[in-house]
Amino acid sequence: MPSFNFILTTIIMCGLVTFISRVAPFVLLKRFQLPAKVVDLLSFVPIVIMSALWFESLFHQNIGHLPSLDYPNLLASLPTVISAILTKSLVIIVIVGIASLALIQFLALN
Amino acid sequence: MNNELKATVAVRETLPTVFGYLGIGLAFGIVARAAGINSLLVTLTSLITYAGSAQFIMVGMFATGNSILAITLSVFLVNARMILMSMTVAPLVKHESLIKNVILGTLLTDESFALAMNKSNLTNRQLNFSWFNTVNLISYATWVCSSLIGALVGSYIQDPEKYGLSFALIAMFIGLLYLQIINDRALPLLLQAIVVLLVFGLVFVGLIFIPSQLLILLVTILSCILGVVIKNAFF
Repeated sequence: MPSFNFILTTIIMCGLVTFISRVAPFVLLKRFQLPAKVVDLLSFVPIVIMSALWFESLFHQNIGHLPSLDYPNLLASLPTVISAILTKSLVIIVIVGIASLALIQFLALN
Repeated sequence: MNNELKATVAVRETLPTVFGYLGIGLAFGIVARAAGINSLLVTLTSLITYAGSAQFIMVGMFATGNSILAITLSVFLVNARMILMSMTVAPLVKHESLIKNVILGTLLTDESFALAMNKSNLTNRQLNFSWFNTVNLISYATWVCSSLIGALVGSYIQDPEKYGLSFALIAMFIGLLYLQIINDRALPLLLQAIVVLLVFGLVFVGLIFIPSQLLILLVTILSCILGVVIKNAFF
Protein backbone atom coordinates (compact mmCIF):
# COMPACT_ATOMS: atom_id res chain seq x y z
CA MET A 1 0.00 0.00 0.00
CA PRO A 2 1.37 3.49 -0.90
CA SER A 3 2.44 6.00 1.77
CA PHE A 4 0.09 8.23 3.78
CA ASN A 5 1.16 11.30 1.80
CA PHE A 6 0.67 9.56 -1.54
CA ILE A 7 -2.86 8.50 -0.63
CA LEU A 8 -3.77 11.89 0.85
CA THR A 9 -2.50 13.73 -2.27
CA THR A 10 -4.54 11.39 -4.48
CA ILE A 11 -7.65 11.90 -2.33
CA ILE A 12 -7.30 15.69 -2.71
CA MET A 13 -6.65 15.51 -6.48
CA CYS A 14 -9.62 13.20 -7.00
CA GLY A 15 -11.74 15.48 -4.82
CA LEU A 16 -10.74 18.43 -6.96
CA VAL A 17 -11.63 16.88 -10.34
CA THR A 18 -14.90 15.56 -8.92
CA PHE A 19 -15.70 18.99 -7.45
CA ILE A 20 -15.11 20.64 -10.84
CA SER A 21 -17.32 18.10 -12.64
CA ARG A 22 -20.12 18.71 -10.17
CA VAL A 23 -19.93 22.48 -9.76
CA ALA A 24 -18.91 23.86 -13.18
CA PRO A 25 -22.33 23.25 -14.80
CA PHE A 26 -24.08 24.96 -11.85
CA VAL A 27 -21.87 28.03 -12.22
CA LEU A 28 -22.06 28.19 -16.02
CA LEU A 29 -25.80 27.56 -16.27
CA LYS A 30 -26.41 30.35 -13.79
CA ARG A 31 -25.26 32.73 -16.55
CA PHE A 32 -26.13 30.87 -19.74
CA GLN A 33 -29.28 29.25 -21.07
CA LEU A 34 -29.03 25.75 -22.54
CA PRO A 35 -30.31 25.41 -26.13
CA ALA A 36 -33.65 23.55 -26.39
CA LYS A 37 -31.95 20.64 -28.20
CA VAL A 38 -29.57 20.08 -25.28
CA VAL A 39 -32.42 20.27 -22.76
CA ASP A 40 -34.19 17.59 -24.81
CA LEU A 41 -31.04 15.46 -24.69
CA LEU A 42 -30.63 15.90 -20.95
CA SER A 43 -34.22 14.84 -20.24
CA PHE A 44 -33.02 11.27 -20.80
CA VAL A 45 -30.09 11.51 -18.37
CA PRO A 46 -31.86 10.26 -15.19
CA ILE A 47 -33.19 6.98 -16.61
CA VAL A 48 -30.12 6.38 -18.76
CA ILE A 49 -27.58 6.82 -15.95
CA MET A 50 -29.54 4.80 -13.41
CA SER A 51 -30.08 1.92 -15.84
CA ALA A 52 -26.48 2.02 -17.14
CA LEU A 53 -25.09 1.78 -13.59
CA TRP A 54 -27.47 -1.11 -12.84
CA PHE A 55 -26.78 -3.05 -16.06
CA GLU A 56 -23.02 -2.63 -15.72
CA SER A 57 -23.19 -4.37 -12.34
CA LEU A 58 -24.80 -7.43 -13.96
CA PHE A 59 -21.70 -8.29 -15.98
CA HIS A 60 -17.98 -8.89 -15.62
CA GLN A 61 -15.88 -7.30 -18.30
CA ASN A 62 -13.51 -9.41 -20.43
CA ILE A 63 -12.03 -6.93 -22.93
CA GLY A 64 -12.13 -8.40 -26.44
CA HIS A 65 -14.72 -11.03 -25.45
CA LEU A 66 -18.40 -11.10 -24.54
CA PRO A 67 -19.00 -10.01 -20.94
CA SER A 68 -19.86 -12.81 -18.51
CA LEU A 69 -22.91 -12.65 -16.24
CA ASP A 70 -22.65 -11.74 -12.57
CA TYR A 71 -25.22 -14.31 -11.39
CA PRO A 72 -25.50 -13.14 -7.75
CA ASN A 73 -26.29 -9.55 -8.81
CA LEU A 74 -28.60 -10.73 -11.61
CA LEU A 75 -30.56 -13.01 -9.27
CA ALA A 76 -30.72 -10.36 -6.52
CA SER A 77 -32.10 -7.87 -9.06
CA LEU A 78 -35.28 -9.91 -9.60
CA PRO A 79 -36.82 -9.58 -6.09
CA THR A 80 -35.52 -5.98 -6.01
CA VAL A 81 -37.40 -5.05 -9.19
CA ILE A 82 -40.53 -6.86 -7.96
CA SER A 83 -40.37 -5.00 -4.63
CA ALA A 84 -40.03 -1.72 -6.55
CA ILE A 85 -43.16 -2.43 -8.57
CA LEU A 86 -45.15 -3.64 -5.55
CA THR A 87 -44.13 -1.07 -2.93
CA LYS A 88 -42.69 2.00 -4.76
CA SER A 89 -40.80 2.49 -1.46
CA LEU A 90 -37.06 3.11 -1.62
CA VAL A 91 -36.44 1.78 1.91
CA ILE A 92 -38.10 -1.55 1.14
CA ILE A 93 -36.39 -1.78 -2.26
CA VAL A 94 -32.92 -1.31 -0.72
CA ILE A 95 -33.59 -3.71 2.19
CA VAL A 96 -35.01 -6.36 -0.16
CA GLY A 97 -31.94 -5.91 -2.39
CA ILE A 98 -29.40 -6.32 0.42
CA ALA A 99 -31.30 -9.27 1.92
CA SER A 100 -31.58 -10.95 -1.49
CA LEU A 101 -27.85 -10.78 -2.20
CA ALA A 102 -27.00 -11.87 1.36
CA LEU A 103 -29.30 -14.90 0.98
CA ILE A 104 -27.85 -15.76 -2.43
CA GLN A 105 -24.28 -15.52 -1.11
CA PHE A 106 -25.24 -17.64 1.91
CA LEU A 107 -26.85 -20.36 -0.24
CA ALA A 108 -23.92 -20.34 -2.66
CA LEU A 109 -21.45 -20.91 0.17
CA ASN A 110 -23.40 -23.64 1.98
CA MET B 1 -43.04 12.07 -1.98
CA ASN B 2 -45.12 15.28 -2.34
CA ASN B 3 -44.75 18.77 -3.84
CA GLU B 4 -43.63 20.58 -0.64
CA LEU B 5 -40.08 21.96 -0.72
CA LYS B 6 -39.38 22.35 3.02
CA ALA B 7 -36.34 21.00 4.84
CA THR B 8 -38.49 18.79 7.09
CA VAL B 9 -40.09 17.22 4.03
CA ALA B 10 -36.60 16.67 2.58
CA VAL B 11 -35.58 14.77 5.72
CA ARG B 12 -38.55 12.44 5.34
CA GLU B 13 -37.91 11.94 1.63
CA THR B 14 -34.16 11.31 2.00
CA LEU B 15 -34.49 8.79 4.84
CA PRO B 16 -35.10 5.84 2.48
CA THR B 17 -31.83 6.49 0.62
CA VAL B 18 -29.96 6.60 3.95
CA PHE B 19 -30.16 2.80 4.08
CA GLY B 20 -28.48 2.65 0.70
CA TYR B 21 -25.63 5.01 1.66
CA LEU B 22 -25.28 3.21 4.98
CA GLY B 23 -24.93 -0.19 3.32
CA ILE B 24 -22.50 0.88 0.65
CA GLY B 25 -20.59 3.28 2.97
CA LEU B 26 -20.05 0.43 5.45
CA ALA B 27 -18.97 -1.78 2.55
CA PHE B 28 -16.51 0.89 1.39
CA GLY B 29 -15.01 1.26 4.87
CA ILE B 30 -14.66 -2.50 5.26
CA VAL B 31 -13.17 -3.05 1.81
CA ALA B 32 -10.72 -0.13 2.10
CA ARG B 33 -9.62 -1.22 5.57
CA ALA B 34 -9.17 -4.78 4.32
CA ALA B 35 -6.95 -3.41 1.53
CA GLY B 36 -4.69 -1.85 4.18
CA ILE B 37 -5.80 1.80 4.19
CA ASN B 38 -6.07 3.18 7.73
CA SER B 39 -9.35 4.47 9.17
CA LEU B 40 -8.27 8.12 9.00
CA LEU B 41 -7.55 7.94 5.26
CA VAL B 42 -10.74 5.95 4.65
CA THR B 43 -12.74 8.72 6.33
CA LEU B 44 -10.82 11.45 4.48
CA THR B 45 -11.57 9.74 1.16
CA SER B 46 -15.30 9.96 1.87
CA LEU B 47 -14.97 13.47 3.31
CA ILE B 48 -12.84 15.02 0.55
CA THR B 49 -13.27 12.97 -2.62
CA TYR B 50 -16.90 11.96 -1.85
CA ALA B 51 -17.28 9.95 -5.03
CA GLY B 52 -19.29 6.83 -4.19
CA SER B 53 -18.40 3.97 -6.48
CA ALA B 54 -15.25 5.75 -7.73
CA GLN B 55 -13.82 5.41 -4.21
CA PHE B 56 -13.80 1.63 -4.65
CA ILE B 57 -11.82 2.14 -7.84
CA MET B 58 -9.33 4.32 -5.94
CA VAL B 59 -8.78 1.57 -3.37
CA GLY B 60 -8.29 -0.99 -6.12
CA MET B 61 -5.79 1.26 -7.90
CA PHE B 62 -3.88 2.01 -4.67
CA ALA B 63 -3.51 -1.71 -4.13
CA THR B 64 -2.17 -2.31 -7.65
CA GLY B 65 0.39 0.49 -7.49
CA ASN B 66 -0.88 3.10 -9.94
CA SER B 67 0.40 6.69 -10.19
CA ILE B 68 -1.49 9.65 -8.71
CA LEU B 69 -2.18 10.89 -12.23
CA ALA B 70 -3.61 7.55 -13.40
CA ILE B 71 -5.90 7.30 -10.37
CA THR B 72 -7.07 10.92 -10.71
CA LEU B 73 -7.78 10.46 -14.42
CA SER B 74 -9.79 7.30 -13.77
CA VAL B 75 -11.83 9.00 -11.07
CA PHE B 76 -12.43 11.95 -13.39
CA LEU B 77 -13.63 9.68 -16.20
CA VAL B 78 -15.88 7.65 -13.92
CA ASN B 79 -17.32 10.84 -12.42
CA ALA B 80 -17.59 12.77 -15.69
CA ARG B 81 -21.22 11.65 -15.69
CA MET B 82 -21.62 14.18 -12.84
CA ILE B 83 -21.21 16.91 -15.49
CA LEU B 84 -24.31 15.60 -17.27
CA MET B 85 -26.25 15.26 -14.03
CA SER B 86 -25.29 18.77 -12.89
CA MET B 87 -26.28 20.17 -16.28
CA THR B 88 -29.65 18.45 -15.99
CA VAL B 89 -30.45 19.54 -12.46
CA ALA B 90 -28.83 23.03 -12.36
CA PRO B 91 -31.62 24.81 -14.31
CA LEU B 92 -34.09 23.72 -11.57
CA VAL B 93 -32.25 25.87 -8.97
CA LYS B 94 -31.11 28.66 -11.29
CA HIS B 95 -33.16 31.21 -9.30
CA GLU B 96 -31.01 30.60 -6.19
CA SER B 97 -27.80 32.63 -5.59
CA LEU B 98 -24.45 31.63 -7.10
CA ILE B 99 -22.99 30.54 -3.76
CA LYS B 100 -26.04 28.36 -3.10
CA ASN B 101 -25.65 26.81 -6.55
CA VAL B 102 -22.00 26.05 -5.78
CA ILE B 103 -22.95 24.44 -2.45
CA LEU B 104 -25.65 22.32 -4.09
CA GLY B 105 -23.24 21.24 -6.84
CA THR B 106 -20.46 20.39 -4.40
CA LEU B 107 -22.51 17.72 -2.65
CA LEU B 108 -24.48 16.37 -5.61
CA THR B 109 -24.55 12.57 -5.86
CA ASP B 110 -26.17 10.02 -8.19
CA GLU B 111 -28.88 9.50 -5.61
CA SER B 112 -29.53 13.12 -4.62
CA PHE B 113 -29.68 13.85 -8.35
CA ALA B 114 -32.23 11.09 -8.89
CA LEU B 115 -34.26 12.20 -5.86
CA ALA B 116 -34.23 15.78 -7.16
CA MET B 117 -35.42 14.70 -10.61
CA ASN B 118 -38.11 12.53 -9.00
CA LYS B 119 -39.19 15.48 -6.87
CA SER B 120 -39.23 17.91 -9.79
CA ASN B 121 -41.82 15.70 -11.49
CA LEU B 122 -44.19 16.81 -8.70
CA THR B 123 -43.11 20.45 -8.32
CA ASN B 124 -43.47 21.69 -11.87
CA ARG B 125 -39.69 21.51 -12.50
CA GLN B 126 -38.77 23.87 -9.64
CA LEU B 127 -36.58 23.08 -6.65
CA ASN B 128 -35.21 25.24 -3.85
CA PHE B 129 -32.01 25.43 -1.80
CA SER B 130 -33.39 24.32 1.55
CA TRP B 131 -34.98 21.11 0.21
CA PHE B 132 -32.05 20.15 -2.03
CA ASN B 133 -29.33 21.08 0.47
CA THR B 134 -31.02 19.05 3.21
CA VAL B 135 -31.06 16.02 0.90
CA ASN B 136 -27.36 16.55 0.10
CA LEU B 137 -26.28 17.10 3.72
CA ILE B 138 -28.05 13.98 5.01
CA SER B 139 -26.46 11.96 2.20
CA TYR B 140 -22.98 13.38 2.87
CA ALA B 141 -23.17 12.88 6.65
CA THR B 142 -24.45 9.31 6.26
CA TRP B 143 -21.75 8.47 3.72
CA VAL B 144 -18.87 9.83 5.85
CA CYS B 145 -20.11 8.29 9.11
CA SER B 146 -20.82 4.88 7.59
CA SER B 147 -17.38 4.79 5.90
CA LEU B 148 -15.77 5.52 9.27
CA ILE B 149 -17.83 2.85 11.03
CA GLY B 150 -17.09 0.41 8.20
CA ALA B 151 -13.35 1.06 8.52
CA LEU B 152 -13.46 0.58 12.30
CA VAL B 153 -15.38 -2.71 12.17
CA GLY B 154 -13.43 -3.69 9.06
CA SER B 155 -10.58 -4.95 11.18
CA TYR B 156 -12.89 -7.71 12.41
CA ILE B 157 -14.71 -8.68 9.21
CA GLN B 158 -13.10 -10.97 6.69
CA ASP B 159 -15.48 -11.32 3.77
CA PRO B 160 -17.78 -8.27 3.39
CA GLU B 161 -19.38 -9.71 0.22
CA LYS B 162 -21.41 -12.25 2.10
CA TYR B 163 -23.55 -9.67 3.92
CA GLY B 164 -25.06 -8.40 0.69
CA LEU B 165 -24.05 -4.78 1.41
CA SER B 166 -22.46 -4.35 -2.01
CA PHE B 167 -25.96 -4.59 -3.48
CA ALA B 168 -27.26 -1.56 -1.55
CA LEU B 169 -26.10 0.84 -4.26
CA ILE B 170 -27.50 -1.26 -7.11
CA ALA B 171 -30.83 -1.67 -5.30
CA MET B 172 -30.96 2.09 -4.92
CA PHE B 173 -30.31 2.57 -8.66
CA ILE B 174 -33.11 0.09 -9.45
CA GLY B 175 -35.52 1.84 -7.08
CA LEU B 176 -34.68 5.34 -8.32
CA LEU B 177 -34.91 4.18 -11.95
CA TYR B 178 -38.35 2.67 -11.40
CA LEU B 179 -39.63 5.72 -9.50
CA GLN B 180 -38.29 8.04 -12.20
CA ILE B 181 -39.96 6.02 -14.97
CA ILE B 182 -43.39 5.97 -13.34
CA ASN B 183 -43.25 9.64 -12.27
CA ASP B 184 -41.74 11.35 -15.33
CA ARG B 185 -44.71 12.54 -17.34
CA ALA B 186 -42.57 14.50 -19.78
CA LEU B 187 -41.45 11.32 -21.58
CA PRO B 188 -43.94 8.66 -22.78
CA LEU B 189 -43.66 5.33 -20.93
CA LEU B 190 -43.00 3.34 -24.12
CA LEU B 191 -40.18 5.69 -25.11
CA GLN B 192 -38.58 5.30 -21.67
CA ALA B 193 -38.84 1.51 -21.92
CA ILE B 194 -37.21 1.56 -25.35
CA VAL B 195 -34.37 3.76 -24.09
CA VAL B 196 -33.75 1.51 -21.07
CA LEU B 197 -33.55 -1.54 -23.38
CA LEU B 198 -31.19 0.43 -25.62
CA VAL B 199 -28.97 1.18 -22.61
CA PHE B 200 -28.89 -2.54 -21.82
CA GLY B 201 -27.75 -3.37 -25.35
CA LEU B 202 -25.13 -0.61 -25.40
CA VAL B 203 -23.72 -1.61 -21.98
CA PHE B 204 -23.46 -5.23 -23.16
CA VAL B 205 -21.77 -4.37 -26.45
CA GLY B 206 -19.67 -1.62 -24.84
CA LEU B 207 -18.26 -4.00 -22.24
CA ILE B 208 -16.56 -5.91 -25.05
CA PHE B 209 -14.22 -3.10 -26.04
CA ILE B 210 -14.72 0.08 -23.95
CA PRO B 211 -12.60 0.41 -20.76
CA SER B 212 -14.88 0.35 -17.73
CA GLN B 213 -13.90 3.88 -16.62
CA LEU B 214 -15.31 5.30 -19.87
CA LEU B 215 -18.26 2.97 -20.34
CA ILE B 216 -20.97 4.74 -18.32
CA LEU B 217 -20.11 8.14 -19.79
CA LEU B 218 -20.09 6.96 -23.42
CA VAL B 219 -23.22 4.83 -23.02
CA THR B 220 -25.01 7.77 -21.39
CA ILE B 221 -24.14 10.25 -24.14
CA LEU B 222 -25.00 7.80 -26.93
CA SER B 223 -28.27 6.68 -25.32
CA CYS B 224 -29.44 10.26 -24.79
CA ILE B 225 -28.72 11.10 -28.45
CA LEU B 226 -30.52 7.96 -29.66
CA GLY B 227 -33.38 8.75 -27.27
CA VAL B 228 -33.87 12.18 -28.87
CA VAL B 229 -33.64 10.68 -32.38
CA ILE B 230 -36.29 8.05 -31.57
CA LYS B 231 -38.48 10.64 -29.83
CA ASN B 232 -38.39 12.96 -32.84
CA ALA B 233 -38.97 10.15 -35.33
CA PHE B 234 -41.77 8.18 -33.65
CA PHE B 235 -43.31 10.12 -30.73
